[in-house]
Amino acid sequence: MTQVETLAQQHHARAIVKIILDIGPLSGIEKDLLAAAFPIASAGSLAENAQLQINDLPIRVRCNACNLESDASVNNLVCQHCGNWRTTLISGDEMLLKRIEMDT
Amino acid sequence: MCDTCGCNVTSGNKHLVESGGKLSTTSDGKAAVDVLHSLLHENDHQAMHNREHFDKRQTLAVNLMSSPGSGKTTLLEKTIQALSGKLKIAVIEGDLETENDAERIRRQGVDAVQITTGSACHLDAHMVHDGLHQMQLDGVDILFIENVGNLVCPASFDLGHHLNITLLSTTEGEDKPSKYPVMFRAADLLLITKADLLPVLDDFNVDKATENFRKLSKQEPVITVSSKKTDGFEQWLDWLEQQLQAHRSRLREGKSTHPNLQKDGIEMHQHHEQPHGHHHHHAD
Repeated sequence: MTQVETLAQQHHARAIVKIILDIGPLSGIEKDLLAAAFPIASAGSLAENAQLQINDLPIRVRCNACNLESDASVNNLVCQHCGNWRTTLISGDEMLLKRIEMDT
Repeated sequence: MCDTCGCNVTSGNKHLVESGGKLSTTSDGKAAVDVLHSLLHENDHQAMHNREHFDKRQTLAVNLMSSPGSGKTTLLEKTIQALSGKLKIAVIEGDLETENDAERIRRQGVDAVQITTGSACHLDAHMVHDGLHQMQLDGVDILFIENVGNLVCPASFDLGHHLNITLLSTTEGEDKPSKYPVMFRAADLLLITKADLLPVLDDFNVDKATENFRKLSKQEPVITVSSKKTDGFEQWLDWLEQQLQAHRSRLREGKSTHPNLQKDGIEMHQHHEQPHGHHHHHAD
């Protein structure tokens, strides 16, 4: 909330109309809880009536051996093509404030 | 994580929430701003500042995370005894309440600061910074930060430390890495503790636990130790010594290192260190 309010003030916004977040399942953030907490956290702020859009990002890995990409789950990041466990996470741990939209 | 319930508003960072804080931003456009900042922006900024503190003094800062009661403090007591006369150690203890752990550490003859978080379930960079002001860091080779016992939130907060150690005690069950993937993915070392109990436990298999850890694409080492019988202790001390040497080599080349973190956090640091040319000066 501090981040979005500061941004809004810097841009002389009257109100924040939309906040877009990118959240991956491995970020440690629970989307539903975050959405439920938003009205409380934003009360009395410039974002009071803002729409909170949370983009779910998929878990994707690239295999260090066969170099192919595959989908993965939170507790199994093993390559789906060759079974190698040495993979690199390419998506899934994001917790980003991506974009805010304001009335100026 | 507790972003969700507001419990990451702690005594250490409350001033930022209340005062509106100080934030630098990137922006384009008039009505819409693309931000791409970590949601933990303020914490990451303070963590970077803490890391500069450690690096200036050549101190390796190590964060210990685990469930409550998995043996973090006992491991530290034995480690301090084993390194006595060789390395200078200091400890920051995080608990919800009591000075008990800091007192245990002080009995080993080293400086220990207790941070009591009240009801907050993890340490953050601001709390660690406050703790640093209560201790003499000069000449300290390794600073251990014993995080609040919790397998969830501590994994998400950069404290400015260099390495994460996640402890898994044999009584907790071999499937903990599968149940708490965010925590175990953060580990630079997995330390399986209470190995002396293995002969009487029929439901903990070290290989299975390691396999569950590997499934998270973790190539980091796994060491099995007992702080009671000193099994595996040499291996743990060797690892620690190697990390200290590696850290000193990096510092000689003007580099530092981050713990295993969400990549957003790391991008944030790079973002800050380069374009903004942030320099932190500290009144020592």
